[in-house]
Amino acid sequence: MRVALFITCLVDGLFPDVGKATVRLLERLGHEVVVPPAQSCCGQMHINTGYAAQALPIVRNHVKAFERADVVVAPSGSCAGSVRHQHAAVAREHGDAGLAEAAEDTARRTYELSEFLVDVLGVTDVGAYFPHRVTYHPTCHSLRVLKVRDRPLRLLEAVEGIDLVELPDAETCCGFGGTFALKNADTSTAMLADKMSNVIGTRAGVLTAGDSSCLMHIGGGLSRLRSGVRPLHLAQVLEHTR
Amino acid sequence: MSTFLGMPAGRGNLTGAPFPEAAREALGNAQLRRNLAKATATIRGKRANVVGELPDWAELRAAGAAIKDEVLADLDEHLVRFEEALTARGTHVHWARDADEANRIVTGLVTATGTREVIKVKSMATAEIGLNEALADVGVHAVETDLAELIVQLGRDRPSHILVPAIHRGRAEIREIFRREMPGVDPDLTADPRALAEAARAHLRRKFLTVDVAISGANFGIAETGSLVVVESEGNGRMCLTLPRTLISVVGIEKLLPSWRDLEVFLQLLPRSSTGERMNPYTSVWTGPTEGQTSHVVLVDNGRTATLADPDGRAALRCIRCSACLNSCPVYERTGGHAYGSTYPGPIGAVLSPQLTGVERNPTLPFASSLCGVCYDVCPVAIDIPSMLVHLRKRVVEAKGGTPESTAMRALAWVMSDARRWRRFARLGRFGRTASRHVPLPGWSTARDLPQPPRQTFRDWWEDR
Repeated sequence: MRVALFITCLVDGLFPDVGKATVRLLERLGHEVVVPPAQSCCGQMHINTGYAAQALPIVRNHVKAFERADVVVAPSGSCAGSVRHQHAAVAREHGDAGLAEAAEDTARRTYELSEFLVDVLGVTDVGAYFPHRVTYHPTCHSLRVLKVRDRPLRLLEAVEGIDLVELPDAETCCGFGGTFALKNADTSTAMLADKMSNVIGTRAGVLTAGDSSCLMHIGGGLSRLRSGVRPLHLAQVLEHTR
Repeated sequence: MSTFLGMPAGRGNLTGAPFPEAAREALGNAQLRRNLAKATATIRGKRANVVGELPDWAELRAAGAAIKDEVLADLDEHLVRFEEALTARGTHVHWARDADEANRIVTGLVTATGTREVIKVKSMATAEIGLNEALADVGVHAVETDLAELIVQLGRDRPSHILVPAIHRGRAEIREIFRREMPGVDPDLTADPRALAEAARAHLRRKFLTVDVAISGANFGIAETGSLVVVESEGNGRMCLTLPRTLISVVGIEKLLPSWRDLEVFLQLLPRSSTGERMNPYTSVWTGPTEGQTSHVVLVDNGRTATLADPDGRAALRCIRCSACLNSCPVYERTGGHAYGSTYPGPIGAVLSPQLTGVERNPTLPFASSLCGVCYDVCPVAIDIPSMLVHLRKRVVEAKGGTPESTAMRALAWVMSDARRWRRFARLGRFGRTASRHVPLPGWSTARDLPQPPRQTFRDWWEDR
């Protein structure tokens, strides 16, 4: 299959290793990866902070960048969620019915990585080997917007050598929330503290999740505490082989 | 927002200090944090059990939302029907456009009876309009008879939860409040919950038997029959509703259900969502005054019509005040209710309060959420609170006009709407590799390290590959 990678601005600019892992994983599974050059960002930060009008050209750019793609895959539940559940609404509320329709079309072809692997490719065992103690944080948007349910866990359970430990209160938000982490830094930090305490309590050496944004947040806290826990995107765990 | 001109904005206890500042203070209160974590986790567990056992919960939830939407779509007609039914049964109906008018009406009715004291059924609407303060201004003492409301009142405190107003208080604190403030209480009162409840019971029983005017709210009003419904746990509400000779009920105009039949859906949704019980202990329904009683109903707008006028915000008026969203919210669980500065805290408060007052008077509440979405999942009337928060954020941004933030967001939008501009911008990250370790980002860096930008962006790697 020819897969158009929606790399997301965060992975492109700050976490390229996540993108490289996604490419290698998909290629290892026998698929062709393309990176449509016109892409930049989904505009979610603008939309969720109250700047939907400013996000409109970003949405337009995204929809145009992926108009010819058969299938779009993002290593992010949050960005895929924005494409699927916000883009058309933003277009419509600004009176652009044509863009709204095109956005709906793009949305139908867009998948978060674990959805793509499990639902479209029909694989749970991706042939990975990762002999480490790992705990998994289900990110809010993958869970409640996309409803990926246990797909990421099924992928992780099939990894050879992995010691997967359950994260207590896993489904509670880590406190990132985009600009929430800055506008309500104290509350965000209180949420982060509980998340970190649960992560550290598992004695896992690796924390994994499907979103680099949440991992940047929890990872930033774990790094500040010098906890020794490594944040790794789901794609990076799944990319590992013997 | 020109659409809302001419519609009265909500007044009363709906605004407070900016959320981030109020939250910072609350987060430092260890007792509050412990109480909230324990109480919300307990209620969450109970709710999950009793909701999980119903195979038709999704259908009930959809029915609840649909019935409320039907009411809101023809609210004017339902209200007129309600008024006619009430009047036909001998209840006096009053209309109040805002908190001030509602308070004037109620204080007028109360002072006309000559009483110096009234007993109250737990009510959000009277808390919203600040009725107790208005009554105090005319020399009338309002006695809260819900146990938790009584604790809050005696502690000269504010409620911090819709259903459990004293959720922020511990047993030892309650004993101290009772010993200090409750007339005739046993000085050796212990902090045993049973002893505390007994002390309150003795205190309240005296009030039930001596005070002749009661004030209530209502969980539901049935437009078809003019019936009012109060759902409670303690039975103190029923004492207030039945013993005094004058009963004044203050009801938000959105509390209606079209017909008697519709109540069945809500009597399943509400207790399971709020206390996590299959059925609450006391449900009082009254249609017209009981014999020898004079009854009044004050229908309060206080910003509800303005809320109704906004197609993207009106679903907030479906709310039945169950507080499932509070108990499930990771923000509420940590900050508690006072940080929201409004009678309505938590996720629903963050969408309802700004709509009732206008966003200009409540600009921080729409941002008091990480948009994790759990509030939407647990809402028994399917209010999409996250989308509504995003909608209100937009209105805050519009109302504020040009700010340093809006300038930065505009610039960033210009960068991000074009791949070439974005690529150039992303490449600048590599110059920040050292800075990311030493230069703090305000807000972020107090508790979190910044990621170190890569030497090469993904896109540059991809092209070099």
